Amino acid sequence: MTMLADSRLLFSGPDWDFDLIRRVHEACGEIGIKEMGLDPYPNQIEVITVEQMLDAYASTGMPLFYRHWSFGKHFARNEALYRKGYQGLAYEIVINSNPCIVYIMEENSATMQTLVLAHAGYGHSHFFKNNYVFKQWTDADGILDYLDFARSFIAKCEDRYGQEEVERVLDAAHALQSHGVHRFPRKRMPDLRSEEKREEERRRHGEQLFNDLWRTVPTSGKRKRSRDDDERRKALLGIPEENLLYFLEKTAPRLAPWQREVLRIVRLINQYFYPQRQTKVMNEGCATYVHHRIMNRLHEKGQIDDGSFLEFLHSHTSVVLQPAFDDRRFSGINPYALGFAMCCDIERVCTNPTDEDREWMGDIAGNGDAYGTLRDIWANYRDESFVSQFLSPRVIREFGLFRVVDDEDEEEMNVAAIHDERGYRKIRRALSRHYDIAYRDPDIQIVDVDLAGDRKLILQHRVLDGVLLEETDAERVLQHVADLWGYDVKLIEQDDTGALLAEHAAQPRRPFM
Amino acid sequence: MHIIDRRLNPGGKSFANRQRFLRRARAQVRRAVREASSNRSIKDAGKGGEISIPAGGVHEPNLRRSSQGGVRDYVLPGNKKYVEGDTIPRPDQGGGQGSRASDSGEGEDEFRFALSDEEYLDLYLEDLELPDMAKRQVAGAHSVQWRQAGFSVSGPPARISVPRTLKHSMSRRIALKRPKADEIEALRAEIERLEREGGHFDELQELRAELEKRVLRTKRIPYIDPVDVRYRRLESTPKPIAKAVMFCLMDVSGSMNEHMKDLAKRFYSLLYLFLNRRYEHVDVVFIRHTHEAQEVDEQTFFYSRETGGTVVSTALFKMMDIVRDRYPVSDWNIYAAQASDGDNTSSDNAVVLAQLRDVILPICQYYAYVEVGMDDEEEHPGAGEPSTNLWRAYRRIPDDQPFAMRKVRHRRDIYPVFRELFARRPEGVAAEGG
Repeated sequence: MTMLADSRLLFSGPDWDFDLIRRVHEACGEIGIKEMGLDPYPNQIEVITVEQMLDAYASTGMPLFYRHWSFGKHFARNEALYRKGYQGLAYEIVINSNPCIVYIMEENSATMQTLVLAHAGYGHSHFFKNNYVFKQWTDADGILDYLDFARSFIAKCEDRYGQEEVERVLDAAHALQSHGVHRFPRKRMPDLRSEEKREEERRRHGEQLFNDLWRTVPTSGKRKRSRDDDERRKALLGIPEENLLYFLEKTAPRLAPWQREVLRIVRLINQYFYPQRQTKVMNEGCATYVHHRIMNRLHEKGQIDDGSFLEFLHSHTSVVLQPAFDDRRFSGINPYALGFAMCCDIERVCTNPTDEDREWMGDIAGNGDAYGTLRDIWANYRDESFVSQFLSPRVIREFGLFRVVDDEDEEEMNVAAIHDERGYRKIRRALSRHYDIAYRDPDIQIVDVDLAGDRKLILQHRVLDGVLLEETDAERVLQHVADLWGYDVKLIEQDDTGALLAEHAAQPRRPFM
Repeated sequence: MHIIDRRLNPGGKSFANRQRFLRRARAQVRRAVREASSNRSIKDAGKGGEISIPAGGVHEPNLRRSSQGGVRDYVLPGNKKYVEGDTIPRPDQGGGQGSRASDSGEGEDEFRFALSDEEYLDLYLEDLELPDMAKRQVAGAHSVQWRQAGFSVSGPPARISVPRTLKHSMSRRIALKRPKADEIEALRAEIERLEREGGHFDELQELRAELEKRVLRTKRIPYIDPVDVRYRRLESTPKPIAKAVMFCLMDVSGSMNEHMKDLAKRFYSLLYLFLNRRYEHVDVVFIRHTHEAQEVDEQTFFYSRETGGTVVSTALFKMMDIVRDRYPVSDWNIYAAQASDGDNTSSDNAVVLAQLRDVILPICQYYAYVEVGMDDEEEHPGAGEPSTNLWRAYRRIPDDQPFAMRKVRHRRDIYPVFRELFARRPEGVAAEGG
C-alpha cells in the first residue's frame, strides 16, 4: 500500500507541512462554509513553538502587549507548571481580530492540526464575526494596531517617567480592571483605530494651548456652593458611575495626562475582552460543535482515515469531559462540555424532537434546519440568555445537574432542585444566573464626591445575598483607588434595605502628581 | 488564508516582563534562593531551579465577592442520589465546592516558579565582592587595551571614519548651499535643449551665467573638505587581569573525617562559583597534605585517604612552588582557601606563620582559612573561639592582611560564613584594608 492509496485522503500519518495545512484548511472550508453556512473572518495561521505558546499565555493570548510584571509572573507560573507536567498547553490560541489569527503548535500531529483549524479557524472565527456581543463591543479590525500603540505608549512613558512610576499606575489600573467596563453600549461604537490619533491630537492641543502666563494669574477665592448645586454637581460628574476606571480617568483631579491615558489603555483593552467573559460557554460550544461536525464529515467523505478519526475522537472526548461534582478532577462546569452538549441537543431538537422538546422549545422544535437555527443562536445570544432559553431538560438529565443552596444561617446545605419535572426551570434559572457577569461581579459604584469639602470619594457596594467583598483584597484595591484619586476614599457595603454592613477607607500614600 | 511560520521569531518575548517580575519580588526571591540553597547538593549549588515565594508580595488584588458568608447557590453536575430537600453537610472551608472556592483567586499561599541558572546565581551571590580586586587590576596593568573613544580631527589615514566624515561633509554642503550635481545636469540639459531649438538669446545667456555661477560654486565648495575629516580615536585603558587561580589546600590526615571534608568541599565550590563569575578564566589547584604535600586532581583530593602526621607548612611551600612554576604573579590573581581541622605539629607553627605572612599573603588577593569541626562539637557561645594549634598561630597575623579565618561546624554555616568573608564592605573600611 502506498501512502496515497486512496486519493481522497488529505494525509496519512502524523507529519504535516504548510501545503498540507493549506489543503486541510480548504477541505474544512468546503464543509464549514458550503455545508454549514459559516461566515468566518479570513484566517491567518501562525505556526509557533512551545516557548512562544507560553509567551502568548502570559499576555492573555495576544501577540503583543505592553510590559508589566504581572505578565512575567503568569509566565513564570505557567512555565513551572508546564515543565513539571502538571499542565498541558492548549493546541491553539485564536484571536478575535480581522483577519482572525490562529496560533497552531508545531508539535501537533496532522490530525490535531485539522482539528485545530476546524475549531478555531471556522468555529471561533465564525462566532467572533457574528455574535452580537462581539459586534457591539469589540473592534476586530483595530485591536492589533491599538495594542501596538498601547505597547509603545507605555514604553515611552517608562522612558520618560521611569518604570516604577508607570508600574504604579498600571498596578492600580489592573486592580480595578474588573470594574473598568461599560456594561451598556454607548452611542458611539468603540473605534480603536482612531485611539492613537486621538491621543496625539489631544497632546498637540495641549501643547498649543500651553501658556506659562496662566500660572501667574491670581486665582479667585473659593466660591461657596449651595445645596441646590448638589444634584447638578452629581449630574455633571456623571455619578453614580459603575465604571470606576472611566470615572477616575475622566475626573481624578491630580492625574497627569499620561496617567489618564494609561488608565484608558487598560480600560479599553479590558473592554475588548469583556465579550469573551460573557460568551465562554457559547463560544467554546460553537467551536467544539463545528470541529465535531467538520471532522465527522471529513471522515464520511473519506478525507481522513480511521486512524486519525480515532485520534480525533480521543482528543475530543477528553475536551468535552465533564467530571462529576465529587470527582477529584472536578473544577466547575466545563464550558466545552456544556456548550457542545447544548449545541448537539439543539440540532436534535430541530431534526428529531420529542414531545418534551415541543413543549419546551416549541419555536425551533422540528424546524428541520439545524445549522440555520444554530447560526441564529450563535449570533443573538450570550451565555446567560443561551442557557436560560436552550438548556433542555434532556441536557439537565444527562449532566445530572442539581442545585445546592448554602445559607450561612443554616446548619447544612440544602439540595434545592434536581433533574426532575419540578427542578428543570429552577436549575435553568440558577445556571443562567451563574453566567450573568453583572450578577457574578460585585456591584460597585461611585456614588458621591465631596468636591466642596475634603474631596472624599465615596464608593458603594450593593451587597447581594449577604456576600460581602473579600476583605483584604478590597482594602488593597481601595488603596489603589485612593492613590489615583489623590484624596481620601471610602467604600461602604450596603444591602437592599440600606443597612450598612461594612465600611473600608483608604488614604493616598503618595499621590500621583 | 495566510500561513506564517513564527517559529523562527526571536524568542524570549516575556523576558522583559520576567525581569520586571523578579525586580518586584526581589527581596522575597532572594530569601527563597538562600533558603533553597541550604538543602542543595554541592553539584547543584549554582544551578537554577524551582523556588517558592510567599504569594502575598506578588498578589494582584481585585474586587470580588468573598468566598464565605451569605447565601450561596451552586449548580453542580453528576447528581447520583440526591433528591430535592436533602441536606448535605457543609464541607470544610475552601474545599468541597470546587470551582466556586478556587476560582475566587489564587488560593495558594505560595507562588512557585523556576529560576534560570543565571538568575539564580545573580541572586545567590548578590552583594558579594572580591576583596582587593580593584587594586590588583590596576597594579597588574602591564598590558593595555585600546578602546574606541569618540572621534578626533587628526589621526592616521587608516582610522578615518567614513560615515562621520561624510556626515560632516553633508551638513557643510547643505549649510553652504553647494549646488547638487543633478541640478547642474538639469541646467545643462535645459541649455542644450534651448540651443538645439534656438531659444531666446537672453534666456540662454541668463541660464549660461547661472550655470557658470553654479559650477564655480561647486568648485569653491569642495565635496569633502579637510575640516570634515574625522578619525576614530582610540584610548588606552589598563587591561584587567581576567585570570584567577584558586588554590585549595586541605589537610587529609586521619583526623579529617568525611563530614569535615564535605564542609571543606562546599566552601571550595562556593568560592569556585564566585570566582568563575568574576573572572573569565579560573584555574583550580588542589593541594593536599599530611606531613608532606602533593598536588592532586579533584577526585583524589576529596575522596582518597592518607595517613601520616600533619605539617601544614609543606602545603604552603608546595603552593609557592606551583605559583613560581605556572602562575606568574603579574598575570594571575591568586586566591587560596585552606581547610583543616586545626591540627598541626607544634614545631611547624612558626614556619607556617612566617611563610604565610612573608611570602604568600603579599602575592595573594585573598587567603581564607576555614577551620572545620564536627556537628556535635560544643558550640562556644559568645567569646568562644576554637583554640586549636593552627588557629592560635593564625591569630597572630595582622589585621591589615588579606586574610580571614572562620570556624565552620555545620553545612548550614557554610553559606553565611562565605557571605561574611566576601560581604561588600563599606568604602572606608575597604580603603583601610587596601
